[in-house]
Amino acid sequence: MNDTGLTDTAPAKITARGVQVYYGGTHAIKDVSVDIPDNTVTAFIGPSGCGKSTFLRCINRMNDTIAVARVEGDIRIDGEDIYDRRVDPVQLRAKVGMVFQKPNPFPKSIYDNVAYGPRIHGLAKDRADLDGIVESALRRAALWEEVKDRLAQPGTGLSGGQQQRLCIARAVATAPEVLLMDEPCSALDPIATAQVEELIDELKQNYSVVIVTHSMQQAARVSQRTAFFHLGHLVEYGETGRIFTSPEDPRTESYISGRIG
Amino acid sequence: MPLTWVLPILIVMGLVAYGLSRRRAIASVAGDARRLHSLPGHYGLNALLATMVPALIVLALWTVAQPLMIERMVAADFPRDAVAPGSTLALTLSDVQRVAEGLEDAARAGVIDAGRIAAMNLKEATEALRAGGTVMAAPLTEAVLTAAVEYHARTVAMRRAMLATLLAVAAIGAVWALHRSRGEFRARNAVEQAVRLLLIAAASVAILTTLGIVLSMLFEAMRFFDQYPWQEFFFSTTWSPSFSGRGGASQLGILPLLWGTLYISFIALVVAVPIGLFAAIYLSEYAGKRFRTVAKPLIEILAGIPTIVYGLFALVTVGPLLRDAFAEPLGLGNSASSVMTAGLVMGIMLIPFVSSLSDDIISAVPQAMRDGSLGLGATKSETIRQVIVPAALPGIVGAILLAASRAIGETMIVVLGAGAAARLDLNPFEAMTTVTVKIVSQLTGDTDFASPETLVAFALGLTLFVITLCLNVLALFIVRRYREQYE
Ligand SMILES: Nc1ncnc2c1ncn2[C@@H]1O[C@H](COP(=O)(O)OP(=O)(O)OP(=O)(O)O)[C@@H](O)[C@H]1O
Ligand SMILES: [Mg+2]
Repeated sequence: MNDTGLTDTAPAKITARGVQVYYGGTHAIKDVSVDIPDNTVTAFIGPSGCGKSTFLRCINRMNDTIAVARVEGDIRIDGEDIYDRRVDPVQLRAKVGMVFQKPNPFPKSIYDNVAYGPRIHGLAKDRADLDGIVESALRRAALWEEVKDRLAQPGTGLSGGQQQRLCIARAVATAPEVLLMDEPCSALDPIATAQVEELIDELKQNYSVVIVTHSMQQAARVSQRTAFFHLGHLVEYGETGRIFTSPEDPRTESYISGRIG
Repeated sequence: MPLTWVLPILIVMGLVAYGLSRRRAIASVAGDARRLHSLPGHYGLNALLATMVPALIVLALWTVAQPLMIERMVAADFPRDAVAPGSTLALTLSDVQRVAEGLEDAARAGVIDAGRIAAMNLKEATEALRAGGTVMAAPLTEAVLTAAVEYHARTVAMRRAMLATLLAVAAIGAVWALHRSRGEFRARNAVEQAVRLLLIAAASVAILTTLGIVLSMLFEAMRFFDQYPWQEFFFSTTWSPSFSGRGGASQLGILPLLWGTLYISFIALVVAVPIGLFAAIYLSEYAGKRFRTVAKPLIEILAGIPTIVYGLFALVTVGPLLRDAFAEPLGLGNSASSVMTAGLVMGIMLIPFVSSLSDDIISAVPQAMRDGSLGLGATKSETIRQVIVPAALPGIVGAILLAASRAIGETMIVVLGAGAAARLDLNPFEAMTTVTVKIVSQLTGDTDFASPETLVAFALGLTLFVITLCLNVLALFIVRRYREQYE
């Protein structure tokens, strides 16, 4: 299932060295170093509150919006230090898209939600082009069939799982190079989950995808590499197949087999 | 027993009913409170409410109805030929009431014996009134005294009847509730229902008061339109009331006043809305926490300044400044009082209304909205323009509307800033005036509440009310439509 041979040779898209994150006095991420390759799906797993979301948010500098958060260390994308003073976080976030843990559709129509990114970044030549982008993004997020007749209705009126897919479509429509997905399937039924996983698999042709998940099966199904976080530490990182079959660290072992969580 | 005792007695009865009912409920389940349908306190509360609320309602209705009924009965007995020439029956009856109350005061003060009131002659009564501290405009007549004695006797009788009724109602309520206080009785639901009714009553008071205000305005305005043609009032472009002393016909066209009101309010909003909104956006989205904690209260202080102070500012500073800097050089007149002056100063007054409310509303937009937008690579200003302001729009419209209502109703700044001359003109450097200012000036000084010059104030007030009402409805409509599209 995991084309393991590929990932070892793929060039590192994101490199993190000695990353520390503090929320005021709380030390949430402790000295994490990781290389995330291009054209791969990387899964972050770990018990609740261990810092998965926090680390994910470092990669597109969303922690900048939290006043008490402080990030130290070095994170590079394509070799460029994203915390460099010359880097514009706005441009960075256009390149590194994010699907948040809680669905957060804008109080706009479904169409405008998806068209938001393309409009801001001028990705569409004309209205027809924009229509095309919206449709394909919604199709890829497995939402098109459900909403194609109600594109003008508010995105906030969708169900929780539909909102989650709307947020995925919104992120995909912006055409990022890296897609960070924080528990994108937490509210989805098995069919929609399968469709989103298909999308993730497809995205990895062109992008680097990082997905946070609480489902071991999902991590095993979609990812090529898995990182296990525990209490702010990156405990173990490697090929998904190996992590799940022969973990080196006893903490990983017990988490995967359901003894800590 | 004096009336002041009624309330304490009712409260005591209520508390006793509370205790008994509670005890009875517990006893009905042999002391095991868990077998009760509701908490023991609910049974007590139910009894307390059943004792006090009906009695209080009777008390309220009785207090309103009693004087009306007595007056009608006394009026029926009053000889019509005893009404003094130049007076009316209503005036005489109010004299009767004053005498009756005066006699009672005297009795209470110990000047006379209460039992003697019924048998008093004119001289005695006049003496008693004077000693009791009641001043009469005209000498007491036989007819008035007879009526006053009847008035007094009826009041005393009614009061006794009321007391008896109240105690009976309270007792019936208490016994009934006590009887029902058994384990299976759903006391909690009964109490909840009573609380609901109480809340409904509170809401109705607000609505009924508004209705009362509107009706009284409407009534007076109708009297105005009886004396003055409505076409003239609504469509005439001249406002020149003549006061009774000077004679001549008045022209009472509302248009110049309405124009002044709308013109000044428009300028005020043009000043206040952008500045207030931008200030709110800066405070909620850009300003640091320290700056915000200092600046927000400072802006809100502006809202606490009395409008007369703003008026003075308009009169001595802004008015002359505008005249010297703009009006005279541009050849637009030489009046220090102008629409511009009042509009600008009123705009400054309104800034804190707009900014403070909008700031709260913008801050209430969830952080997840901002994150979503920023996470897609939007800049801060794009996020504000495309996500935050639209999400906050219903509230912002409300804030602007509040400011508009204030502007339309403002009087002091207009008197001092724009003058009192009713004029229909486009030049913003001319003195004009507003509806509110004219309402005040028509009602101050020597007023005769039967002349159209005075009654016009009510028609003006009613028009103003209708305008603000329409404004509110319009805003509601806008917000509704917006909601349909978004939320
Ligand atoms: N905005 C914040 N302010 C202060 N502390 C925070 C904030 N966000 C997260 N934390 C803390 O940082 C730690 C890591 O949180 P994070 O959200 O990264 O966990 P997580 O691994 O994503 O958990 P979950 O699986 O429940 O989403 C937690 O202890 C949390 O309390
Ligand atoms: Mg998380």
